[in-house]
This record gives sequence, C-alpha cells and structure tokens, in this order.
Amino acid sequence: MHIQPVLAALRHHRLTTLLLVLQVAFTCAIVCNVAFLIVNRVQRVSVPTGIAEDELSAIRSTGIGKDDNPQARHETDLAALRAIPGVTSAVAVSYSLPLDRSEASYGTCPDKQALDRAMQIMSMDGTGCLNPSMYDGTPGLIATLGLHLVAGRDFRRDDYVATGKPAVAIITRALARHLYPDKPALGQTLYVGPDTMRVVGIVDTLLRPRLREPSVDYDAMIWPQLPGGHSVTYVLRSAPQDRERVLKTAAATLISVDPNRLIEPGAAQTYTQIRAKFFRRDTTMIGLLIASALGLLFVTALGITGLASFWVQQRTRSIGVRRALGATRGDILRYFQTENFLIVSFGLVPGIVLALGINLALMRFYELSHLPLLYFPVGALALWALGQLAVLHPALRAAAVPPVVATRAV
Amino acid sequence: MFTYYFDIAVRSLKRSPVLTGLMVLAIGLGIGASMTMVTVLHVMTDDPLPGRSARLFTPHLDPLPLNYKGIDLAGVPNANLTWPDAMALLHAHRARRQAAMAGGSLLLWPDSASHLRPFYVDGRYATADFFALFGVPFEQGGGWTAADDDASAQVVVLADTLARKLFGSADAVGQSVKLGDHDYRVVGVVADWQPSPMFYVDASANRYGDADQFFLPLSTALAQKLDINGNVSGWASQSNDLHSASVTWLQFWVELDTPAEVASYRRFLVDYSAQQKALGRFQRPATNARLYSLMGWLRHENLVPNDVRLQLWLAMGFLFVCMLNIVALLLAKFLRRSGEISVRRAMGARRRDIFVQFGVESALIGIAGGALGLLVAQLGLWSVRQRPDDYAHLAKMDPSMLLGTLVLAIAASVLAGLLPAWRACRVAPSLQLKTL
Repeated sequence: MHIQPVLAALRHHRLTTLLLVLQVAFTCAIVCNVAFLIVNRVQRVSVPTGIAEDELSAIRSTGIGKDDNPQARHETDLAALRAIPGVTSAVAVSYSLPLDRSEASYGTCPDKQALDRAMQIMSMDGTGCLNPSMYDGTPGLIATLGLHLVAGRDFRRDDYVATGKPAVAIITRALARHLYPDKPALGQTLYVGPDTMRVVGIVDTLLRPRLREPSVDYDAMIWPQLPGGHSVTYVLRSAPQDRERVLKTAAATLISVDPNRLIEPGAAQTYTQIRAKFFRRDTTMIGLLIASALGLLFVTALGITGLASFWVQQRTRSIGVRRALGATRGDILRYFQTENFLIVSFGLVPGIVLALGINLALMRFYELSHLPLLYFPVGALALWALGQLAVLHPALRAAAVPPVVATRAV
Repeated sequence: MFTYYFDIAVRSLKRSPVLTGLMVLAIGLGIGASMTMVTVLHVMTDDPLPGRSARLFTPHLDPLPLNYKGIDLAGVPNANLTWPDAMALLHAHRARRQAAMAGGSLLLWPDSASHLRPFYVDGRYATADFFALFGVPFEQGGGWTAADDDASAQVVVLADTLARKLFGSADAVGQSVKLGDHDYRVVGVVADWQPSPMFYVDASANRYGDADQFFLPLSTALAQKLDINGNVSGWASQSNDLHSASVTWLQFWVELDTPAEVASYRRFLVDYSAQQKALGRFQRPATNARLYSLMGWLRHENLVPNDVRLQLWLAMGFLFVCMLNIVALLLAKFLRRSGEISVRRAMGARRRDIFVQFGVESALIGIAGGALGLLVAQLGLWSVRQRPDDYAHLAKMDPSMLLGTLVLAIAASVLAGLLPAWRACRVAPSLQLKTL
C-alpha cells in the first residue's frame, strides 16, 4: 500500500489531522497510566492474609455491666459456640484480625544492644528494632485460623497468661527474616519494652490488621495471651456455605448465654465481608478507573468515526473518480484503513512520551512505581485496533460509493 | 442579528443530527465527569461555619521533647494540648471566647420504661463557652455555666435526635440520663448541629461522621475518669494520667474578632511558650507555637484524600480529550460549509460576523451539552453517594455548582469553537464561489 498518496491527502487537512493525533496521544498516555493503576489496585486488593478466609467468620460482643472474670465468660461463650452444628472450631481474640483495622503493635528489638540503642536515640530507625503487630487469642488460634507452622511448636496450655506479657511468642517468617537476618530465629529472645519473650514457633504468612507498606505488612507476632476487657471477638471456623447460618445462630446463642452484652448489627461478618469492607475504597477506585478508561476510549472512537465519516462525505467525488479509474472496493477500504493507521501511529509517538511524563508525576504525588515497558506495545496495539474498528463503518460506506458519482456535476 | 444567528445555528445543527449528537455527547460526558469530581472536592473543602469561620482560631503549642521521634499513627502529638496548657490558656482570658474540648463515647442506659437496649453514643466533653463560641442553637434550656465547670457538675446537654429518642416530645430539661456509670441531669437540648467537616474534632477522628449526641463538662469527664475518644499521646512515663503535662489530648478553639487581636494572641502564645521553656517544661523553640484560622487548619489537615484528587485529575483529563474531540468535529463541520460562508461574505458580512455566527453555534452545542452534563453529573453524584466513604453522603449539588456546570459547558464549547470559527472566517469568498 502506497503511503505517499495518503500522506499527500492528509496534508490538505493538517489542522484536523493534528487534532486527531493529539487526541490519540492523550488517550494513549492516560489509558496506559490508568491501566497501570488498575493493575496496582487489583494486586493490593488480592493480598493474601495467610488465614483460611473462606471458612472463617467473626462476631464481636461488647459486655456491659461489671465483669470480674472475663476469661471465664469467654470460656462459657466458646463452649456454647463450639456446640453449634457446623462449627469446627472457635477461638476468642481481643480485636485484632487481619484486615480488620484495629491493630495493637509493639516496638520489638532482636537483642539487648538494639534495645539500648533505641532507648538512647528515642527512635527505632536504624537500630534493627521493628514495630510488628500483635495477635492474642485463646488456645487453638493457629489451628482455627488455618496458619502453617514452619518451625517450632504451637503454644501449650501453660504458656497462656491472662494478665501481663507472656514469656514466649510465635512470629511470622517475614518478621524472623527482618529481625534476625543472619541466624535462625527459633529460640531467640525478643525484647518488647521492658519484657523479654522467647521465639518458640514460626508461622508462614500472617498479614497485619492494617496495611502500611509492602515491606512491613507481614511483620506480626502471636502471643499466648488470653483476651481480657469487656469487648471480645469470637472467630468461628465452619464450611464456607454454613457461615451465614452459623453467625445468626451464634448471635442468638451468645445472647441466651448472657443477655448482658451488646452485639451491634454490623458486628457479625464472614471473612469475605470483612475483606470487602477493608478494600471497598480500592474496589470503588478500580471500578472508576475502568469506567474512565473505557469512556476515554469510547470518546476517541467517536471522534475517529465522526471525522472519518465527514471526510468520506467530503471526498465522495474523488472516491468516485478513483473507482471509475479502476480502483476496487477493497482498494478504497484499504486506503481509509491505512490513513487511520498512519494517524494513530503519529499519535502514539507523543503519546508514549506523555505517558512516561504522567507516570513520573504520579510517582511523585501518588507513590506509584515505574510504568513497565510492556504497557507501550500493548497500548499501541489496543489503539490501532480501536482506530481500525472505529473507521470500519465510514470506510465501508466509502467503498460502497459507485463510480457513477464521478460523472455527476454535484 | 443574534436571533438570526441562533436561527441558522439551529438549522445547521438539525441538518447533521449525528454529528451534533456526537458533539453533545462528548461535551456532556466530559462536563458530567468533571463536575462530579469538582462537586465532591467543593463539598470536602467547603466552609463548615459560614459567617463565623473567619473569627475562629485554634492554637497549637509544642511541648514535645527535642529528640522526640516516636511513631504516631494518627499524626504528630502536638496537634493537641496538654491539660495544664489548656487550663493556662483558658484562665489567661486573652480571647473573647474560648473552649477546650475532647471527644467521648459513652454507654447510654435507657430507663426501663422505654424498651430500648443500652447503646453507645458519641459526644463531646467541653468547657462552658463551647456553645457560645460555635453558635450552637438550643431547642430547650441552655448550656452549663463556668461555675458548673469548676464544680464538676453532673450535667449534660443532649442533641435533639437523642432527646427525642429518649423522652419523645416531652420536655427533656430536668430529666436524668444514665451514661456509663453515672447519672446526669439534662440542662439543655441543642438543635441538630453538624458543621461539615467537623473541624473541631481530633485529627484522627472521622470528620464527616455522625453529629455529637451529648455534651458534658470537661472537668466532670476528668473527675469521673471517662474514656476519651481520640488521640491521647504521651511521651513520658505517666502516659495514662490525663492531668499530666506530658500527655496531649485536648482540642482548643478561640474567637478573635480583629486582626489586632489575632496578632496579640499569637504574641501571647509565643510568650507563654518562652515562659514554659524558661521553667524547663518546653524544650523546643518558643516560635513553634502556632495559631491556625479555621480554614487554615482544614487546609493544613489536608482533608482531601489522594484518591479524590486523582479522580479529579482523571476527570479533567477526560474533559480535555473531549474538548479536543469537539474542536476537530467543529472544524470539520464549519469548513464543510465554506460555500455558505463565501456567499455570506460576498453579500457583505464581515469576518467578525462569521466568527460570531459560529461562536453562537458553538455556544448552542455548549448549552445542549451542559444540560446533558448536568444529568451525567447528577448520576455521577448519586453513584458517589452510594460509596461507603465518610464524605460520600454530602455529595450533592448546590445552586452554585449547578450554575457552574452550565457555565463550564458553555465556556468549554465556546473555547473549543474558537479555532474552528477563526479558520472558518478566514475562508476567501471568491475561491469558494467559483466551485459552487
């Protein structure tokens, strides 16, 4: 296909072509970045927690009235909850659960020297101390949540304390790596404020309740500490399809065991709902980004179609002349398709440069990473395909122009 | 002449309905998306107390130790005041009105006559001047006095919704309410008052959440050791003692009427900090003391989340691409009528007449696009209201935004039509006439 005649014809419509080229450029730039944002968000929304989410549900109970022995009450409640048909296991935690927002975290140092250094400079930067989150719970937490112990052992009955800090702890593999990069963490002593704890077990993955940044999101420790206080969350494990029924029965059971409590309407949720609630803002954003990318592509396609059909109308006479001189319908079709291909190609060059520019701006203001180079060929292909699709209808109309038009005076 | 242009513009638009439809659609979508996000931004940065906000200020001191580098999940501790500092500022009476406050959440025990179960309510612990300072309107009774503050009286002011829930239409003043472990006597009921954003809450609190349902004297809350709903930050060993000089938890607001008063209050804050530094309490420079105006404080707190800003930029980019679209389509449309233009020019129309004619046509497309844009924006705002975000329920268009939409649409169209109209009016009459 000869490009020369196409280019020559475009020279007559310099301004309009320029506008179309600009439109393609901006669309390419914006859509590439939006696609990148979407991929980022989807990655964030599907972050693994390490627990058996599809089998878990949680119900939060707030005690009202005086309570001298919360642990005994929890035991009674748990016994009643375990008796519900469908519940395979149940534990109580104070409030921390992955993706449940409420976090308790403690400054933790790997050894005495690090702790002294941190106390001296009144900060944890550069000392090797970290701020992992803490999960407490009644016996059986690891089994109920479905965590994988990769080293050491689970807690024993006598490890559990009701008040004060315990003597042992289980940490995640990520925390072990960050605190003790060059030696095995099992058996080491953690310094948490004035107390010490020995690491007796390491679990594979456990996400923090609140996400901060990817490097610290899996720093967590589990303490054999029984929940106290008048608010407690009961975690129930059951088959995925039983969860709704189990939650309703659990609420009723807890009230019947002890009516002196509050179970707020939104306090009983399956883990699917907890995850959806945590990421609702991100999911909305993903939807919005998809809508704007599609809207942008739609408007560009509209522009291409509108302009192309206008040019076809304008050039009806010359198309007729070409057909009369021997061009086939396919030639006319290919002419318009080539023209569109060239315009989109001209638009892609500034488009890619602009995309990089927008990406740099987003990196600064929005904590994004570099746009991977793969997005450019994919974006180019998408825009070429879009252009060809948009120009198809006007091009077919052009190809349908009969040669006799050339002989008419109008 | 204008009606003539209007007439030929309408005819020309009717002649190419598809092209006109495309242009109106493009403008409508672009304007709709932009105005949705602009409205959300407007709602989030709007003045919460118009008429009063210019006179309200919040002082901030810096009692932190020099080398404090602790992590605080909800902001820097010196966004709040310590109890000794707040009381010192209160008793110095350097402002016309002033109030210290903190958030609270208490369990309300309805009396056994009503069949309500106990429930938690959010409210505020404040000093007596709170109501006069912010101009909170009362339905029944009034606030408490400074004497009640000093005596830690067990009085409470309820919000209208709560009073109605507990006492129906009966007079609530004089009744007793059990909050937490204590009974309080109702001295007043405020009309539903909720400035948005709630600028006076702690930095970590939800600024677009529910209104305060009860108001208690601050000294009473301290005396009865009630729970504080907010950021309580300490840096020394007694981190739980709210009377301590190293625990910040109070918000403080003052009313200053003239710029001279503002300047003198600023000086007072610096002098107070210098004095505390001389006494050995403060370690940081006295000039760290700040006085923020209400709007200045909101700007400092940067309430607009990054996501909303990103959406705004996305909407603006979309509008820009839509406008490019319109320019190209208008250019094509106008240049096609070169024959008509040359006839008009040959009959004596000046260049500017042609320019105005096409300007009117662009404006007409703008009006149609603006109407569509309003519909799209209303749809967009409805979808924003469905979001679970705190600010979401406020996303509504007020008259200024409605007008702004139409003005933006017409302005965008006219702007987009400038280049095509200019090109059209430069058409040489004779050349075109020859090919007719």
